[in-house]
Amino acid sequence: MGIHTSVDPETGAVRFLSPEGALCRPIPSSLSDELLVTLYRAMTRTRIFDGKAVALQRTGQLGTFASALGQEAVGVGAAAAMQAHDVLAPSYRDHGAQFLRGMTMAECLLYWGGDERGSDFAGPRLDFPNCVPVATQIAHAVGASYAFRLQRADRVVVTFIGDGGTANGGFYEALNMAGVWRTPTVIIINNNGWAISTPCALECAAPTLAQKGVAVGIEGWQIDGNDVVAVYDTVRQAVEKARAGQGPTLIEALTYRLGDHTTADDATRYRDPELVRREWAREPIARLRAYLLRKGAWNQEKEDALQRESLEEVGQAVNAYLATHSAGCDAMFDHLYATLPASYVSQRDTARRFEPKGGGGHG
Amino acid sequence: MAELSLVEAVNHALAYEMANDESVLLLGEDIGVNGGVFRATNGLQARFGRERVIDTPLAEGAIAGVAVGMAAMGLKPVAEIQFTGFIYPTIDQMINHASRLRNRTRGRLTCPMVLRSPYGAGIHAPEHHSESPEALFAHMPGLRVVVPSSPARAYGLLLAAMRDPDPVVFLEPTRLYRLFKQEVADEGESLPLDACFLSREGKDVTLVAWGAMMQETLAAADALEQQGVDAEVIDVATIKPLDMETILRSVEKTGRCVIIHEAPRTAGFGAEIAAEIAERALFSLLAPVKRVAAYDVVVPLSRLERQYIPSVDRIVDAVRSVMEGS
Repeated sequence: MGIHTSVDPETGAVRFLSPEGALCRPIPSSLSDELLVTLYRAMTRTRIFDGKAVALQRTGQLGTFASALGQEAVGVGAAAAMQAHDVLAPSYRDHGAQFLRGMTMAECLLYWGGDERGSDFAGPRLDFPNCVPVATQIAHAVGASYAFRLQRADRVVVTFIGDGGTANGGFYEALNMAGVWRTPTVIIINNNGWAISTPCALECAAPTLAQKGVAVGIEGWQIDGNDVVAVYDTVRQAVEKARAGQGPTLIEALTYRLGDHTTADDATRYRDPELVRREWAREPIARLRAYLLRKGAWNQEKEDALQRESLEEVGQAVNAYLATHSAGCDAMFDHLYATLPASYVSQRDTARRFEPKGGGGHG
Repeated sequence: MAELSLVEAVNHALAYEMANDESVLLLGEDIGVNGGVFRATNGLQARFGRERVIDTPLAEGAIAGVAVGMAAMGLKPVAEIQFTGFIYPTIDQMINHASRLRNRTRGRLTCPMVLRSPYGAGIHAPEHHSESPEALFAHMPGLRVVVPSSPARAYGLLLAAMRDPDPVVFLEPTRLYRLFKQEVADEGESLPLDACFLSREGKDVTLVAWGAMMQETLAAADALEQQGVDAEVIDVATIKPLDMETILRSVEKTGRCVIIHEAPRTAGFGAEIAAEIAERALFSLLAPVKRVAAYDVVVPLSRLERQYIPSVDRIVDAVRSVMEGS
């Protein structure tokens, strides 16, 4: 095949690997074969996790869950380009990035399984929790990165938003502040084509979402979000730029949501299955695997081992999650304020009095 | 000790804390060179620099949102919303993030921010400048809502708000900004949050108010004294979490209660206090609890605002009716 251009011929977005896994331009020196394998493994683990989480929801063992199926390259590539002491301000579909940052799969399940302890990551301690309201997290990222600059800390904040979120005023307000203050912030638009059932074309009349940076004086780069090499290399440049005091960057990563919006959604109601089948030919994992196989950096034996290990890892996380008993009713009051105000004591006592005996299971 | 107006007391408290805690920073519209439209931040940018006194773009939702991010990363941001009518875009950030960051993360991340805003009617301001939204914020679990009623309380409560490890909405009665001066020792002494203040002792009736309404309420207490009624006056100060014990102790002593607030009557915070009294002190009452509140109307433009704000006469009339009800 071999499309020997550096961009997606249809969109003009930055690309290194074609959908067939052919090189469009040389792999940057920042990406060793070893790192590529690491990214491949991380994307595969995320996909296997997603499959299991959806199955848990379908069998009543998990609450509503937002799968990252098809978008693994965006989260994994971006997180790999960050340093451990940087901070992530995710949306609600970014567990691919969070796993690489150190959040455990069991914590992720605990969160979607309805337990606040899932947001109390053992690590990374400064990363923000999932953000369910749309676009509010961009302001947090800007504020956090402002704090780091004021503290003369060598830290960058990376934040994610969906394509739908860029229609929200909160996105523009925060982006504008990042531009004015030149904060060390990297804002990544995870453009998966859909805001639940609304396609991108009904959300925005501009040809790209990256160009929204123009209005606020921020560089906007558009990349092939299914090419983990493009994601990693672009985010790495944006993070380095931010760390060097050169201000924020807006990155639009073009990807595709192969699954439903969440387990509460049924995408067949609004989406042509033929379109989805075509998108499967562009997905990020098979693309990198094809490249690695051709290069001799991967083989079937390693693939089998990875599948086995990942299933085992996910299985252990599921067991840990299912074995975590529901917190007692005091948990509702424990972290409401630093110290429970006196006026709350009688409400907590009421909760204790009506607490079911014996505690709960995972539910 | 200096004689300070309420707005000067706010300025002194901000300056004191900024000088003593380098994690405190201010952000808001026109708060830098201009010193804020009411001059609450006058001179602070010159003293503490542009990095710590930030003139923000005009975007209230993001002002609150970046404050959340700053607070989560170890700063103590004090965000100013220029007028209360413009505070509503912050509610998304305050309810969805500021108020619950500690709870969501089990204390891993916290949000020690202060959201300051001039508040209330009575200064002939244009539309959307005179609202009293304390009940909206009081309804949000995880927030503190504080309303000072004098320069000394503004100084001490604002220091406490900045030192509190949780988010505080600090509503400053615009009408009191320059109404009177008071001796305030600028020595960094804070006042307790979550506590009502007993502003005047009495035995016949308990008057409960906060913020600017303390003016009319204290004047009503004086007028009632002339009529032989000995009113006790409580300044709620921290609306949420509410120190109901102080109010109940007073009501159990006097047997009567009138609650006065400038916000509309229906679902105003007075209803909460009245309900608590009904649940916990009903049999101490000699007469039904009464509320004197603004009408359930849009805050009118300046020609009618004096008829909107509960007057001394309305308070006296309500107290007379509860006295006769016994």
